[in-house]
Amino acid sequence: MTTTNSATKEKPGFGPGIQKFFTSQEALLFLVIIALGCVMGSINRSFLSPGNLFGLMNNHAFLAILAIGVLVVLISGGIDISFMATASVAQYIMSLQIIAHGGNMLEAFLIAAAAGIILGAVNALFIHWLEAQAIIVTIATMNIFFGALLVISRGKWLFGFPAWFKPSSTSGQWLPFIVAISVYIATWFLLNHTKTGRKIYALGGSIEAAKRVGINVLQIRLFIYGFMGMIAGIAATVQAYVIQNISPSTNIGREMDVLAAVVLGGASLLGGKGSVLGTFFGVLIIAIVSNGLILMHISSYWHTLFIGLIIIASVSMTAYQQRISEERGSAINVQ
Amino acid sequence: MFNKQEPMGKLNLYFRKNSDIATLSCVLAAVVLLMIWLNPGQFLKSDNFESMAFQLPELGILALAMAVAMLSGGINLSIVASANFVGIVMAIMMTKIHGMDPGLLIPLAIITGLAVSAVIGILNGVIISMLDVSPILATLGSSMVIDGASLIITKGYVISGYPDTFLNIGNGYLFGIPFPLFILIFCIVGVSVLLTRTIFGQSIYLLGSNTTAARFSGINIKAAIIKTYAISGLLCGIASIIMISRFNSASQGYSTSYLLITVLLAVLGGFNPDGGFGKVSGLVLALIILQIISSGLNIFGLSSYLTLIIWGAILLLVMGVRAIGVKYGK
Amino acid sequence: MAQEFLVMKGISKKFSGIQALNNVDIAINEGEIHCLVGQNGCGKSTLIKIISGVIKPEKGANIWILGNPVHHLTSTSAIQQGILVIYQDLSIFPNLTVAENIAMPKMLESNSELVNWRKVRDLAAEVTAKIGVSLPLEKNAGLLSIADRQLIAICRAIAGDARLLIMDEPTASLTREEVDQLFVVIKELQRKGMTTLFVSHKLNEIMSIAERVTVIRDGKKVGTYQSKELDNEKLIYLMTGKNIAYSRPQDTIKPQCILEVKNLSKKGNYKDISFCLHEGEILGITGLLGSGRTELALSIFGMNPPEKGDIFVNGALVKIHNNRDAIKNGLGMVPEDRMGQGLIMNHSVEANIVVTVMKTLLSRIKLIHLRKRKKLALKLVADLNIKIPDIDAPAKTLSGGNQQRVAVAKWIATDPQILILDGPTIGVDVHAKSGIYEMIKSLAAAGMGIIIISDEFNEVYYNCHRILVMDHGRLLQELNPQEIKAEDVNDFNILTQYTAN
Repeated sequence: MTTTNSATKEKPGFGPGIQKFFTSQEALLFLVIIALGCVMGSINRSFLSPGNLFGLMNNHAFLAILAIGVLVVLISGGIDISFMATASVAQYIMSLQIIAHGGNMLEAFLIAAAAGIILGAVNALFIHWLEAQAIIVTIATMNIFFGALLVISRGKWLFGFPAWFKPSSTSGQWLPFIVAISVYIATWFLLNHTKTGRKIYALGGSIEAAKRVGINVLQIRLFIYGFMGMIAGIAATVQAYVIQNISPSTNIGREMDVLAAVVLGGASLLGGKGSVLGTFFGVLIIAIVSNGLILMHISSYWHTLFIGLIIIASVSMTAYQQRISEERGSAINVQ
Repeated sequence: MFNKQEPMGKLNLYFRKNSDIATLSCVLAAVVLLMIWLNPGQFLKSDNFESMAFQLPELGILALAMAVAMLSGGINLSIVASANFVGIVMAIMMTKIHGMDPGLLIPLAIITGLAVSAVIGILNGVIISMLDVSPILATLGSSMVIDGASLIITKGYVISGYPDTFLNIGNGYLFGIPFPLFILIFCIVGVSVLLTRTIFGQSIYLLGSNTTAARFSGINIKAAIIKTYAISGLLCGIASIIMISRFNSASQGYSTSYLLITVLLAVLGGFNPDGGFGKVSGLVLALIILQIISSGLNIFGLSSYLTLIIWGAILLLVMGVRAIGVKYGK
Repeated sequence: MAQEFLVMKGISKKFSGIQALNNVDIAINEGEIHCLVGQNGCGKSTLIKIISGVIKPEKGANIWILGNPVHHLTSTSAIQQGILVIYQDLSIFPNLTVAENIAMPKMLESNSELVNWRKVRDLAAEVTAKIGVSLPLEKNAGLLSIADRQLIAICRAIAGDARLLIMDEPTASLTREEVDQLFVVIKELQRKGMTTLFVSHKLNEIMSIAERVTVIRDGKKVGTYQSKELDNEKLIYLMTGKNIAYSRPQDTIKPQCILEVKNLSKKGNYKDISFCLHEGEILGITGLLGSGRTELALSIFGMNPPEKGDIFVNGALVKIHNNRDAIKNGLGMVPEDRMGQGLIMNHSVEANIVVTVMKTLLSRIKLIHLRKRKKLALKLVADLNIKIPDIDAPAKTLSGGNQQRVAVAKWIATDPQILILDGPTIGVDVHAKSGIYEMIKSLAAAGMGIIIISDEFNEVYYNCHRILVMDHGRLLQELNPQEIKAEDVNDFNILTQYTAN
């Protein structure tokens, strides 16, 4: 029996992510969160108050849900910066509909999700047909979507949502959290236990190999960008629910917060890497930092600066780790 | 070895080798004719051309900044943030420093602004080449840091009230031609010479096409990338001078739509987003084409949001045409 | 009488006017290990694409699999029939586990959208046990060596019920031990009934395992032979149709050491390397992959700084921290991978040639003198006899041999004292090879010191004044070609003999 150089003891596998509960990046993030929580708690007692933590969750549900969509796109080796525009369009269409014609919660989500899926499919088609860099295609579509929204809406604010769309009862307050957690669990399941999820990782690992093994790249891309669009719609509905009046330009320029969270959570721009848990931690860290800055009465202008520094720091570290592991891989057995 | 060619043959050869330029020239001619046909009275008026000559320069210089980064195989998403920040720095110097002779203050502010813009560029270059971060993330991150700094300094307000002499830069004339146009021409010539006639310029083309082979040939990759982004940054600084002088104010939030337009200009102008190819002459043609379309749309009174849609659509169209061209070329 | 697994008759294929394949017949017996050889461009890749259903042959082709006629072979039906190709890039997903890579085809086939991880793991374990390899099933495939990844590809093929395994250049990036291990696995597969078809140009390795060899030349089949009937010379004759006569280099050696290395060491690369290169000498460094020869060359050229030891140029100690220092000290290096490292394929011949000497082309105002530049490029093209359509033509439009001449030209432009060539004739036709050898010999005659690095013993034997043999990072011995008999060189295993001690 030939034993290879890399043979080690094997453990029973129940799936890729459960072998070790945390990868090293996730473990690091977890520690950072604990540390941040302690620091924040000690600086300002009210940080750990239920009211504050609850507000933290609700205010960042939008960000958290969007992050999952971006995660899926990044894992597949793509990128999409038009998702905020998609979210804004979906939000506006959904709001127009339910303010004018009523309905129920499920309908609201469905309308927004459908709008998002259509815009996402547009992205997928252009990226596939033009064989173009996704960053440039989505810069174009971002401007087209926002432009169309601003022209058609004429910048008009929307308010006066129906009563069932307001977080009146205590259970209603939990809606953003519940939606976010559901999305996280569903996506975790998608990525780790379905064929589609594994195809997404495969595409991010090597597009050539994916084609060779018979994966239909167009199909997967439609799924991925459509999924991103759907997530954007769901997130947008949650945001509308929380803030209760919306304008088409609220979300302009907020893409980076989401991207920062996803990248912090371990997803790589090169594709093939990333996890739901890591994204969850990334979102949590960004949320804690934002919230902390507010509690410390530091002006919100510092917020952008910090997020930028977080992006740079986390990708530098990832790139550094990558380089170290590559150097280790190619040594010769000198005798 | 090679056949002697007659003049017409030489022209044919030029156009075959520079098919991008040839195509753009045709597109330019078509667009001009279209605009004249649609709205002859307005379009051919001299003040139409004049307003173009004021707007076009800052956009053109920013497009050069984007194109240079693209040439090296990267992208610079921080150009608008940098320009705004540098503008704020210069504005503060010019409005808050009292008691200095404007003849001294203005040049000092300008030099400081340019220095800051170059430093930002160097930092981008260092993060990309030494920390091995992808240009997309590096410049996204830096744009956020820079925007944050701008917000912190200005607290969201606009800074205005410059000395008159400074305003002349953005609004004045030299020999009857708008001054910003001179600056643009200077930048175009400068970057063109830099790219085609200096070792550094040639190095960017090569490393943008195949970084490994360029390294094996003895090119100092890290230094070249840092210089590339430094120059990109410097160009943002120059654009900033024109911008704040024209607007008579500086702020964090200006010109956010410029990012899309500069990408469009670079791509339309023949710069390959994967790096290694692109000519300044193509960029110039693209600039003229887009400015004409923009003026034409303004004449029609279209909202500025609508123009965003049009630019986005044109970018997709250009990429589509290029994709088809690549397929048929094979 | 062995049953024939695959029989193809009358295979022809034309691509835009060029006849890639002309009435080729091929028959592969069930359970045999068969090898397809031929020069670059002879049509063997086209043949493989037809066998695997990626391309359709022209009318008049007949295909039988296990005696049954097949009328339309598509890539899907080929896979269903058990014909699987492992390409040189292995097509492995580096970010997925070994088990998942192995089970991928089966996983994609299944009707259920849910992934059954237990089945995945069981299938992977079953397949690896079947052929007697032990792989870390839960590790990400990207962390494994190329040899192990190749084993993953083979396991994946088996998991996909392959009956004919086609491997394209399987030993190209493997060390000697890894090649041995691969062949053990292939033989085990053969015992279990697998038919294997190799496409390879690494004759010395393949000959040790292939039973029959089919030679293709210019789109036609030359013949099918028992491998024991063949040796290097015969095979080259069959592949090229010519008897290539190699001439030994003249004695152009001067006594001075222009390059000397003393006790050069680097962990994980090589240890205690010392030698001297004389002016006008062609020194060969040979050894199998993994011997450290390329790592050594890169160190001398400044791209892989050594940890211990010294380098002397013309007797003076030099500190080489990067390749710019090396170039300043009169060194040049033509790397192994022409496409990725040697040339910038999308740029013009002119740009590629002058890249190393741009500093010398500046006019008084420190700008590049365009006419000087073109003149230099044209001169080198003429000097080195490079056939180009135009000086502005992209390098990728040239033939392999001419591309290699451009890759050399750009170093000649620097007027080096020492030129290192790593794999100087990789991907170059046998016809063009002799031209490159002549070029190297004339450079030496003009006083340049040349190091040729190659794993083809033939190449260093005929073209070098001295040969150094490396193995596992050590310098084993120094050979004088004049003391070796030409017939011995013909033996496919000669390099193994020298490294066997």
